[in-house]
Amino acid sequence: MSALLSHAEFVLPGIRCAGCIAKIEDGLSHLPGVVSARVNFTAKRVAVDHDGSLDDAVLRRAIGELGFTAELLVEPGEQDRAQVKESRELLKALAVAGFAAMNVMLLSVSIWSGAEGPTRQLFHWLSALIAMPTVAYSGQPFFKSAWAALRRGRTNMDVPISIGVLLATLLSLFETIVGGAHAYFDGAVSLLFFLLAGRYLDSAMRDRARDSAASLMRQTAPGGTVVYPDGSSAWVRAADLAPGMRMIVATGERFGADGRIEKGETRIDASLVTGESEPIAAAVGDRVIAGTLNLSAPVEITVTAAGPDTAIAGMARLMEAAGQGKSRYVRIADRAARLYAPAVHCLAALSFAGWMIAGAGWHQSLLIAVAVLIITCPCALGLAVPVAQVVAAGAMMRRGILVKDGSALERLAEADSVRFDKTGTLTLGRPELVGDMPLAPEERPLALALARASRHPLSAALARRLEAEGVTAADLGRIVEYPGKGVEARHGGKIVRLGSPVWIGCAAPGDGMACAFAIEGDDAGLLRFSDRIRPDAASSVRRLEAQGLECAILSGDRRAAVAPVAAELGMTAAVGLSPTEKVDAIHRQAAIGRRVLMVGDGLNDGPALAAGHVSMAPASASDVGQTAADLVFLGDSLVPVPIALSAARRTMRIVRQNFVLAIGYNLLAVPLAVAGLVTPLVAAIAMSTSSIIVIANALRLRKIAA
Amino acid sequence: MNGIILLIPIALGLGLAGLFAFHWAVRAGQFDDPDGSAIRILLEEEPIERDRPAG
Repeated sequence: MSALLSHAEFVLPGIRCAGCIAKIEDGLSHLPGVVSARVNFTAKRVAVDHDGSLDDAVLRRAIGELGFTAELLVEPGEQDRAQVKESRELLKALAVAGFAAMNVMLLSVSIWSGAEGPTRQLFHWLSALIAMPTVAYSGQPFFKSAWAALRRGRTNMDVPISIGVLLATLLSLFETIVGGAHAYFDGAVSLLFFLLAGRYLDSAMRDRARDSAASLMRQTAPGGTVVYPDGSSAWVRAADLAPGMRMIVATGERFGADGRIEKGETRIDASLVTGESEPIAAAVGDRVIAGTLNLSAPVEITVTAAGPDTAIAGMARLMEAAGQGKSRYVRIADRAARLYAPAVHCLAALSFAGWMIAGAGWHQSLLIAVAVLIITCPCALGLAVPVAQVVAAGAMMRRGILVKDGSALERLAEADSVRFDKTGTLTLGRPELVGDMPLAPEERPLALALARASRHPLSAALARRLEAEGVTAADLGRIVEYPGKGVEARHGGKIVRLGSPVWIGCAAPGDGMACAFAIEGDDAGLLRFSDRIRPDAASSVRRLEAQGLECAILSGDRRAAVAPVAAELGMTAAVGLSPTEKVDAIHRQAAIGRRVLMVGDGLNDGPALAAGHVSMAPASASDVGQTAADLVFLGDSLVPVPIALSAARRTMRIVRQNFVLAIGYNLLAVPLAVAGLVTPLVAAIAMSTSSIIVIANALRLRKIAA
Repeated sequence: MNGIILLIPIALGLGLAGLFAFHWAVRAGQFDDPDGSAIRILLEEEPIERDRPAG
């Protein structure tokens, strides 16, 4: 066996149960050349180690034969790995802080219970021994973040935390050395423990949402089959494609690069790029764009642009530029800290000065100042936001709304107007049969068999509808597909056909999408399709308006296609917009002080999604749309949009309540601290009680009203 | 006092042992797929290492 092992990871959106795990792992490990296959159920992925005799396309097909759709996962990005690492580091820091907090607290309880003399001295030293390495290790996330903020001349939540923890530790160490009565080691480590718990929850939420979003993603173009001048061909990853290469793109495959058709003619589904669901005909000399789907026949293309030069990559750059405003957004906790931190530090300094003037001596004054810092250290403040957001995000996830980022809920709660894309957002983005089924019952099994044989979106829609009606496909033997025309087979000596109305020989309707089905000698049945509006789109829009949002459509589509949708939903619409014009429309709203929630799905919405104050995309969206959006919702209904909005507003209400509770608690305790009445025991009780109250309040978000 | 000198190291030692066990579990990837671990216990048997064609 060769020593060179290759590693590939695939996304498996369809795995649901224990059986699926066994089937995939068992099936893959039977494949010659596979060394190991391991399914990660949480991330819905399978990692395969294999030798050089296999390539990604073969593995993908093998998983397909086991009955699962698999998409190749491109190399996990730098950011992706960094986040996984961050979560792990936080978990370890949390474990260390938890261990230290428990042990130091045990020792402290004996001191509070009246241990004196050498016993107290021993326990203080033991506490110091445990607490100091813990602060050095578990405090790092806070110290790093605080230092980064200070270097840029700002403050954030981590600045008062770091100062409080460090001062408390150093002062306690000094107390221990001189044999003083009060040490705050327990306060410092349990503060770290509580705050790390909040930090870890926040990070775990982001991980989970990112995994779910990735498992829903469709790879735009993992690569393609390149034909070399000597006639040999090989499957090449998208990153290695270069202009001038000749590529064969099979039916049902996505173009891996921009190019020009050299041989063959086909129909292309460009809905990913344009948002239009109707296929476009393309022949020799026509340009094709990476990420679009080749529908009806294999074609040979010359690559004109690959990798960073493709139209898709250009769109990504536009998105990056549009999204810069979002990265400047300051989260509510940090906004609170900007006021809170200076106030607290002034207060501590004033108490120190006050007691010095009162003649308490610098030692006593410093002790009191540190007690003020510990009491006001934003432990509950640090938990107030993440706990509320994690509980709300969990409840929303159960309702099919994935929150990709903690700040998304804060921004969503502030939205005051909403802009919808049409195709794929207000509509389902896939053709559906209009009206009743025009085929006779005995024709339906034949139609289903033919429809299943083609990848055309209309046949897929017909097959879905027939399957939903419980039709079983007839056994049709050999089925021939004529590119651009339709499919044909023989049944009982007669030719049966499913395809374009013109090919079958019946009058095509003037507008919209249609196909026809005919058995030789019989009349043809015409099947009309249209892109249906999402169920309850109208009621969702009404609900959003009732919540005080101004709704409108931003569409790249023709006026004729948008007008009926706009009329049915009662919204104004801007039509024929390019991606840049959509961004401009949103910037104009932002300029007059509006905060826009953008709901869109296509690649052409990507920049607008990034430009919006906050954005949502349906799970059926292109991966560009899903990456750009802050929230992703599952299912055909549009109701998740108003639900997410009210959930976000409720979350922020709870967050503000938590702030009031935490600060109110501090207001009660601070006078005691300033008066010098706070012992380590009082500090510990105050801190844990306020944290518990804040968590209990946040848990009320577990239920989200429909 | 004598009891304490014996008991405290034991308590700390046990705590540290737990801490190291947890660190090992995190590093060994036991927290990477919590949902999968919950489900795998229902499998008839873990797919065992099979004989592979040599070469």
